[in-house]
Amino acid sequence: MKLSSWVLIFLLCNLTFLSTISAFRLSRSQPTERISGSAGDVLEDNPVGRLKVFVYELPSKYNKKILHKDPRCLNHMFAAEIYMQRFLLSSPVRTLNPEEADWFYVPVYTTCDLTPNGLPLPFKSPRMMRSAIQLIASNWPYWNRTEGADHFFVVPHDFGACFHYQEEKAIGRGILPLLQRATLVQTFGQRNHVCLKEGSITVPPYAPPQKMQSHLIPEKTPRSIFVYFRGLFYDVGNDPEGGYYARGARAAVWENFKDNPLFDISTEHPTTYYEDMQRAIFCLCPLGWAPWSPRLVEAVIFGCIPVIIADDIVLPFADAIPWEDIGVFVDEKDVPYLDTILTSIPPEVILRKQRLLANPSMKQAMLFPQPAQPGDAFHQVLNGLARKLPHERSVYLRPGEKLLNWTAGPVADLKPW
Amino acid sequence: MKLSALHQSYLNRRSNSFRSPTSLDSSVDGSGKSLIAVFWLILHCLCCLISLVLGFRFSRLVFFFLFSTSSTNLYSAPFRPDLPVKHLDVHTIGRNLDPGANGTVAMATATKSSRVVVGRHGIRIRPWPHPNPVEVMKAHGIIERVQKEQKTIFGMKSSKMVIAVTPTYVRTFQALHLTGVVHSLMLVPYDVVWIVVEAGGATNETGLIIAKSGLRTIHVGIDQRMPNTWEDRSKLEVFMRLQALRVVREEKLDGIVMFADDSNMHSMEFFDEIQNVKWFGTVSVGILAHSGNAEEMVMSMDKRKEMEKEEEEESSSLPVQGPACNSTDQLIGWHIFNTLPYAGKSAVYIDDVAAVLPQKLEWSGFVLNSRLLWEEAENKPEWVKDFGSLNENEGVESPLSLLKDPSMVEPLGSCGRQVLLWWLRVEARADSKFPPGWIIDPPLEITVAAKRTPWPDVPPEPPTKKKDQMPLSQGNTVVVIPKQQQHATKIRKPKRRSKKNKHEPRPTDTTTQVYSSSSKHQERN
Repeated sequence: MKLSSWVLIFLLCNLTFLSTISAFRLSRSQPTERISGSAGDVLEDNPVGRLKVFVYELPSKYNKKILHKDPRCLNHMFAAEIYMQRFLLSSPVRTLNPEEADWFYVPVYTTCDLTPNGLPLPFKSPRMMRSAIQLIASNWPYWNRTEGADHFFVVPHDFGACFHYQEEKAIGRGILPLLQRATLVQTFGQRNHVCLKEGSITVPPYAPPQKMQSHLIPEKTPRSIFVYFRGLFYDVGNDPEGGYYARGARAAVWENFKDNPLFDISTEHPTTYYEDMQRAIFCLCPLGWAPWSPRLVEAVIFGCIPVIIADDIVLPFADAIPWEDIGVFVDEKDVPYLDTILTSIPPEVILRKQRLLANPSMKQAMLFPQPAQPGDAFHQVLNGLARKLPHERSVYLRPGEKLLNWTAGPVADLKPW
Repeated sequence: MKLSALHQSYLNRRSNSFRSPTSLDSSVDGSGKSLIAVFWLILHCLCCLISLVLGFRFSRLVFFFLFSTSSTNLYSAPFRPDLPVKHLDVHTIGRNLDPGANGTVAMATATKSSRVVVGRHGIRIRPWPHPNPVEVMKAHGIIERVQKEQKTIFGMKSSKMVIAVTPTYVRTFQALHLTGVVHSLMLVPYDVVWIVVEAGGATNETGLIIAKSGLRTIHVGIDQRMPNTWEDRSKLEVFMRLQALRVVREEKLDGIVMFADDSNMHSMEFFDEIQNVKWFGTVSVGILAHSGNAEEMVMSMDKRKEMEKEEEEESSSLPVQGPACNSTDQLIGWHIFNTLPYAGKSAVYIDDVAAVLPQKLEWSGFVLNSRLLWEEAENKPEWVKDFGSLNENEGVESPLSLLKDPSMVEPLGSCGRQVLLWWLRVEARADSKFPPGWIIDPPLEITVAAKRTPWPDVPPEPPTKKKDQMPLSQGNTVVVIPKQQQHATKIRKPKRRSKKNKHEPRPTDTTTQVYSSSSKHQERN
């Protein structure tokens, strides 16, 4: 009797010990918390074996030649489309047999036509996309089988598949008609907006992982900046009067807090930008011309709590990551009271947010490392695609049924590329 | 590109403004139209004038607001008269694009109209856009809490007290050196006990300097006076340090003993690193063997270059003294400062104008756990000699004499790769005098006349205690300047200041006793 009770006690002790170990993820010795979003604890799921992806072999004029013409595309914030193709080509989820594929990927680089300054011009992108779809529709039967409902595209531009950098024009164009049934992997996300369709997967913008890794400072450096932000408040070139850019939110931040010592905000470009973020508690991530920005990725990597000022924004992997618990959301109308809002957050909540941010799976999910690592953004995209399986019956069209209008859209888009 | 949007909005504005007067006037006939045009012109002129006065663009659309009953949404800001928001009917546009035969999915998204509207919004500014002190305090509370958490996670779990041992004696450079140590120790984030051993007895002068630190100090005096040669001085310093170690033993101080020579410079990382020592550790010390003579330095550098050219295979000599490790980070020996280039040319007397060389192994590069010195301490290792039975006459050169087995020393600072402190010896001439406590009291005996006084004729006033004296080159009138006059000159002739400054550093060939030796030292240093 005595021996068995001792054994029981011993086992119980072991269990509690192990459970505390699993509750802590000691990477760089900071205690963290597990992240579970509305889809559950899915950040560490492995997509291999849960889906098969077939990658179309498009002529190189759709991808390689464009990249060759302008290799800057590899480093700007829209580079996810290029790295996604590279990842899929060498991933175990790739299949060479299209009959057994669950998802089809079309590698077309629509965001690689850059101005001398490095900004992508989207004017030819609809035609490029159309031409690519026409190609796959005529050479393979899989597009017509579902009219693209089991195909996915990566459209990382400002307003996704609306293919314009200006919001009004983008809304006017709407999503490209041919992509109405396909799954779009995009950085833009705003609720009740034309350019975000149901079932899209929001991804973070590309941020260079090595560059950020090389600017890490010792974790014990005390965080002494309360709020940090570097960027434009007024876009004098395009919106001299203010009120248009960022819906006036950035200008409101400046006007209300420019003399507040707690707010380290300015338009300068310091060389210590990444290091400063690691010394800050809150990092502002307000909208610009589009609601998303690489600041979110940088804030997560550097452990700075993101303060998101963008009404109705949909953040990356919103079903896998509980952003409400991790970041602070401030309505645009409440910007003048930002200091009150931030100082009234209880310290325990702030510490919890920092613990969630310290979770390495959180940081991995925001990055596009080369070569791909488990849990990174590529895998989260595949997890998202896997969660949409199995396809509904309505995906497969009856023979002769046509849902897409191939002649819809502005006339200029119908010209061949 | 984006400019076209602005142009479009501008056109919209124009059309809006022309729409309003038609809604105002009920009767639209020919005469009415010309009246309207004239009225609009007058309004335009009025608005231009108002803008001139106010200094910013006064929008005519204020009148549009006042009179129109349009259904446009307005996001009004309290201070700025702003333009109306273009309410793009997302609702209808979405439906227009909807290909007729498409599924219900697209219809569903188009029927929800967005709460967020594109267009020009007001910039919201609250009535008093300045920091609120209560909130600033709350924010600082948050910052403190976050930093406390960081400390508990990343910082030291339990930090040991730092016991600093400094041998010193009263001389011209004492204030300079000791103030540096005071500031370094004040910045140390751990508890500090500072044992200051003074040659020539414990004086008030030293006591005043160390009292300013606010740290717990133990001021010990020994009767011997500091000798005049570097060799004898280092021997006496060894004796003084051993005295301090005896104090540690008697008081049973518990912490980490480090040797803070008063002319050394310590980095803050040094204090963090020595917390890792278990029993006896060593760090790398940067050796700054400096001679006051600039020519000497150049010569020795040239010589070193020659030597390097001749013996290319020999590794370059770094001015570092510290542990040498093999590839598995185990201690295999010590790097010692190469004294060969200075052979025969090093300083013998304290005020020699030559390079001052360190001993073979400087004490400042070693740290030890104070329990090594106690009579009885648990877990005391066997490779340590008992401190109480140490025989000084056998010659204690370096702290290694306290150990039986020098290979058990722990190398700190990533095995000596980090140089955490610097060794330097700089002293004034033996006969240099300085005002005690560095307070000029009573006033100077001899004052030097000024040359071409730039300030207006001032009757010479009797010297007062608080005034500025400036060494100026030869002239006719007396130099004493009371403070009030100085301010007057500041206001009236600011340019003269620079002239005066130019004169200052040039030393006088005559004769204030106080300045002579220090000015000569200025030439050398």
